[in-house]
Amino acid sequence: MSRPVLIENARIVDPGSMTDHQGAVLIENGLISDIVQGGPVGVPEDAEVINARGLILAPGLIDMRVFTGEPGKEYRETLQSAGEAAAAGGITSFVMMPDTTPVVDDGALIDFLIRRAGATSKVNVLPAGAITKGLNGSEITEFGLLKEAGAVCLTDGRRSIQSNSLLRTAFSYAANYDMQIIHHVADRELTGDGVMNEGLFATILGLRGIPLEAETIPLARDLQLAVLTGTRYHAAQISTAYSASLVREAKRRSKKITCGISINNLSLNENDIGRYRTFFKLATPLRTEDDRQAMIEGLRSGVIDTIHSDHDPQDSEVKRMPFAEASDGAIGLETLLAAALRLVHSRDVDLMTVLRAMTFRPAQILGLPSGRIAKGAPADLILFDLDYPWQVAERDFHSRSRNTAFEGARLAGKVMRTIVGGQTVHTFAEEIS
Amino acid sequence: MAQTSPGKASTTTTASSGDFPPFRQRHLLSIADLKQHEIIDLLDRADAMVPVSRQERKTHPTLAGKTQINLFFEASTRTQGSFEIAGKRLGALVMNMSVKTSSVSKGETLIDTASTLNAMRPDVIVVRHSAAGAVELLSQKVGCAVINAGDGAHEHPTQALLDALTIRRHKGRISGLTVAICGDIANSRVVRSNLLLLGALNVRTRVIAPRNLLPAGIESLATEVFTDMREGLAGADVVMMLRLQHERANGRMIPSVREYYRFYGLDAEKLGFAKPDAIVMHPGPMNRGVEIDPAIADGVQSVINEQVEMGVAVRMAVLDALLPAGDQS
Repeated sequence: MSRPVLIENARIVDPGSMTDHQGAVLIENGLISDIVQGGPVGVPEDAEVINARGLILAPGLIDMRVFTGEPGKEYRETLQSAGEAAAAGGITSFVMMPDTTPVVDDGALIDFLIRRAGATSKVNVLPAGAITKGLNGSEITEFGLLKEAGAVCLTDGRRSIQSNSLLRTAFSYAANYDMQIIHHVADRELTGDGVMNEGLFATILGLRGIPLEAETIPLARDLQLAVLTGTRYHAAQISTAYSASLVREAKRRSKKITCGISINNLSLNENDIGRYRTFFKLATPLRTEDDRQAMIEGLRSGVIDTIHSDHDPQDSEVKRMPFAEASDGAIGLETLLAAALRLVHSRDVDLMTVLRAMTFRPAQILGLPSGRIAKGAPADLILFDLDYPWQVAERDFHSRSRNTAFEGARLAGKVMRTIVGGQTVHTFAEEIS
Repeated sequence: MAQTSPGKASTTTTASSGDFPPFRQRHLLSIADLKQHEIIDLLDRADAMVPVSRQERKTHPTLAGKTQINLFFEASTRTQGSFEIAGKRLGALVMNMSVKTSSVSKGETLIDTASTLNAMRPDVIVVRHSAAGAVELLSQKVGCAVINAGDGAHEHPTQALLDALTIRRHKGRISGLTVAICGDIANSRVVRSNLLLLGALNVRTRVIAPRNLLPAGIESLATEVFTDMREGLAGADVVMMLRLQHERANGRMIPSVREYYRFYGLDAEKLGFAKPDAIVMHPGPMNRGVEIDPAIADGVQSVINEQVEMGVAVRMAVLDALLPAGDQS
């Protein structure tokens, strides 16, 4: 049995209880065993004591959308390298998308991933099962067996299912096992050959645009079917003002409807593409500044429940290409927290709301005991310096891929220590006394 | 920086980069990169190159000893031939490379080809590629000058320059004219370069097309946008027609060629709405009977063949400006 750990003199921010106070947390046997407000507490004799003066203690982040390269494309990312990147970014659990080779559409693969991640990853890997076999969009997988094997939710990852009737079937069958559906919304025909947001900027660049309706039309369809079937539905990531209003309306009709957003759509807009910078080519395209502002408002008002990294490692072979031919995606595990804290520093959103969207809300949606600082909860915790300034440099990344949309960005906020199940898995060493 | 009249130009027998201030750009990737004075400078240089091609001995070897590679990822008889003649008349060693690619391996081929060609130490590479931004990407991988000969639906800068030169030689000026561009605006790189260039020279630009062929935000790039061709042509000094790709008239974008021709084809009746002395232009290759009546294409107002001639002059001027004589780089 490991030594107890006491973290004292911390500013404890817990989105579970919506409390923010100075105090100490005691960790025993991988769980949070005590939380004390204010000053000194009785310390077990053999405890390791961490002085967290000047730091915020928060639940470890739960990232709901992460792509890895394992199995199949280990040169892009392994569970181990993703785990190291996540730990460095303060992410203690992430949902792994099933878009791998082979596709995670079978209980045996879920079982394999849980064992493999347990052996190699520093953080909790929560595998998602595919909704359709091989992500083919036409035949549903064995939801019950996937759940038994440990799939945390069902999703077709970056694929969007086009068939209305298949979606109805999938939603209805998922409700049967009380499984969470996470669906990427993109109409294939309206997206067409589009590679960025439709508008003046795409026209100037001579690139095909993706209209807002490629998102809002399938989203409206999904929301109606979610109400019809009573399924637990999470729109993977939205990007437009009208999408937010559709979700707001649907939430009045079903309490099981939620939605997420990529940190990219909260932090960046289409102008960041500049002159064909392919690291800004994303599958939910960067929209206009007006849309970004609407997304911030959606987060403030609670229409948007969760923020994730949309971590999608791609190598230079598929990124150093003409824009239209390059792959979508950017990595994000190591920049998620600091990029989100930008919204706090700019006074767009308060700290509690931002943290809640990356901790307690994902935990609630996925039915996890983590994501909160409560007695008996898993000791998945982070200590971070809210104001620590740093500049993003790709050479510093733990991820195997380098396709960051934040290269060179000056951010404030750094994870100093990441704790998973009571064990410290990452420290930004020189900063901790 | 006097504007050279056609008459005066024909009497000029020498043109030299030494007559012009140094051209400060390393590449010619887009009109968007050029300032107004650089555009006028290139037009003046091109004007001075016109007589070279009208001499008996069509040679003006300012590029002697230099190597020009024409790298075309998309087939183009006209533009490639024009660049080849331009380079040869300037005395450069010209190599043509047509790269047939599958759509899957295109980008890979682009970077690989760029570094391979770069190792052969060319002085200039002229590139056409089907993807917007591809030429700029290639320019970042080589150590020589790069000229964009068309990248996807982005830009085709030498086409806009030759169009402007043709207009200026016919009208004696550019500023203040009304230029109407009609056709497949959404998919045309010629339109984007022309709107940028003409806009920089204070031209009143109009685009005319059915709504499905107008790209988002076009009203910010053109002075006026029309869907009715007669209204769009009213009082125009210049009518520029664009090629309609046949495959767009299959019912998925445009119902049929005959409907397109009826409403957007340039015939005598519609041309009658433009000024009586309006000139008719087309970047080629033309689809007679699709976007233009053959009688108009070959009629008195057409300057389409002259555009081809000006194309050679413009490309000579651009090559000469980017690779000035005595430049040791």
